[in-house]
Amino acid sequence: MQHGKTHITSYRTHGIILVLLLFLTTITITVTWLDVGRLSVGVAMFVACIKASLVLLYFMHLKFDELIFKIFAGMVILLLAIVFVITFFDYLFR
Amino acid sequence: MTSKTTALPPGSFFDQQGKYKGILGWLTSTDHKRIGIMYLMCILVFFLVGVTLGGIMKLELLRPGAQYMDAQTYNGMFTVHGIIMIFMVVIPGLSAVFGNFFLPIMIGAKDVAFPRLNLFSWYLFLLGSTIAVLSQFGGNGPDTGWTFYAPYAINSKTNVSTAVLAAFVLGFSSILTGLNFIVTVHRMRAKGMTWFKMPLFPWSLYATAWIQVLATPIVGITLLMVIAERTLRIGFFDPSLGGDPILYQHLFWIYSHPAVYIMILPAMGAVTEIIPTFCQRKVFGYQAIVLSSLAIAGVGYLVWGHHMFTSGMSDFSRMAFSFLTFIVAIPSAIKVFNWIATMYKGSILIKTPFLYTISFIFQFMIGGLTGLTLGALATDIHVHDTYYVVAHFHYIVFGGMGFAFFAAIHYWFPKMFGRMYDEKLGTVAWAIVFSGFTLLYFPMFILGLRGMPRRYFDYLPEYSSGHFISSIGAFVLIIGIILMVYNLVKAARTGELAPANPWNGRTLEWKVASPPPLENFDHDVEVTEHPYDYE
Repeated sequence: MQHGKTHITSYRTHGIILVLLLFLTTITITVTWLDVGRLSVGVAMFVACIKASLVLLYFMHLKFDELIFKIFAGMVILLLAIVFVITFFDYLFR
Repeated sequence: MTSKTTALPPGSFFDQQGKYKGILGWLTSTDHKRIGIMYLMCILVFFLVGVTLGGIMKLELLRPGAQYMDAQTYNGMFTVHGIIMIFMVVIPGLSAVFGNFFLPIMIGAKDVAFPRLNLFSWYLFLLGSTIAVLSQFGGNGPDTGWTFYAPYAINSKTNVSTAVLAAFVLGFSSILTGLNFIVTVHRMRAKGMTWFKMPLFPWSLYATAWIQVLATPIVGITLLMVIAERTLRIGFFDPSLGGDPILYQHLFWIYSHPAVYIMILPAMGAVTEIIPTFCQRKVFGYQAIVLSSLAIAGVGYLVWGHHMFTSGMSDFSRMAFSFLTFIVAIPSAIKVFNWIATMYKGSILIKTPFLYTISFIFQFMIGGLTGLTLGALATDIHVHDTYYVVAHFHYIVFGGMGFAFFAAIHYWFPKMFGRMYDEKLGTVAWAIVFSGFTLLYFPMFILGLRGMPRRYFDYLPEYSSGHFISSIGAFVLIIGIILMVYNLVKAARTGELAPANPWNGRTLEWKVASPPPLENFDHDVEVTEHPYDYE
């Protein structure tokens, strides 16, 4: 319960992350133009995961938070992954 | 009985003077106790509306053939009954009413972590409920059932979008309450109240809150996708638009099965408070109960596919979901074992809350074990979409959550309202409610096994006697509920004044006045002992 312990991220870092996010968005859009078949979904998902991680780590300050918050966020991502896997038990074996 | 009309002692939260007085004082209050009571009032009204609709349906089913309504009206009626009972009564039920009122007190806090957000959640609940009621007017009320299954929900000409929007808004209310409770439990516990000194009702609310936060957004997005598909014709779920109806069922049940645990976990938490108090025994297996709550929340999240065994899901998936469903029976059984073991050699005081509690255990066991019939792939083929399913989930939702709610309201009533109800009338009402419930729902198991399909407004002559008995049970149940509500409403107005600890309980809520003062405690709380140290 450490109160008052704050971290101020610089405008420069925020700016870099913003540029990175925009760059990744252009990758997502570019991939839709290239015909890479079934891979297009995989690439889009991969890029989306990187973007979500950047937002979580920098814009939502998870990188600078206490360990407990990182663990909780990690558990939620794990749960999401499990839900995806279980759902695909249906789609892959139907 | 001389104090029947005596005014409540001054200094309670009922005397709270904020910026406004009267009804405005209530509507703008961020006090968790007032918000809990406002939820109680709303939920009671919605419950009585839901009961009335159920009663009308049973009147229609009293005899074969159309009696008072046509099939379309019947479809609308069971849809509204489902939406009201699920989204407006049982999901918020225990956690919004008793969670709001008792969570802060039981952990030694003055309020929840975010009191304004708490009031906002109530307004969202009211907004969602209003939209749900409005969906019944202006055109035809929705006729999809509370599950809004695609592709029918996509193509139905009734007010499906409005009803779906209502469920979406109600979901937001639920998420915010869950978030509030998680932060409250983490940050607001009194000095000395370690995780394993926390009472079991707050533990169950904590486990529930995680499901609320993690599962509800999924149904929220899914319902928005239904609206988008209906209005913009985007093909998510409707095969004629290139969608997949099984995907809808996955997304819907990823939330709606955990929602069953949102209902039942706080119910289990409430009875876990009642049993040690009325047996004057230390709760058996405290840590096992805590871990089983977390296990139910965790594994319960992963069993949604058992609602889809006959929907065309893959065989491998069906086996996986069946296996997981059987796994979740284990922590549920651990709880039942612990409740029974707590009663063993206890000084049992058989009063109304305890009567509802033991009925809860009895009915929950029937509901749970019949759930295994439905969780087994082979038997599910025979009984799916029959009255067996209707009986099973009413045994869990009403026989479980509903009876636990009745137990909790009788248990905590003296603390909430500062007055005692008539014990004799309470017991009589319990006997009628229990008998009515059994008469109403037990024949449905037999009807289902014999092939009576659910959601039909008419039936073949061979099902007549089962339906007749069931309808009589419904009327008996309604009489019991009216008697119970009458007893409680009368007690809230003119009941005998309640002492601070009428049941000799040990948790913190019994150490403050009845009703509690505005900020619960007049001093900082320090916890040194286990919450159930009776011996």
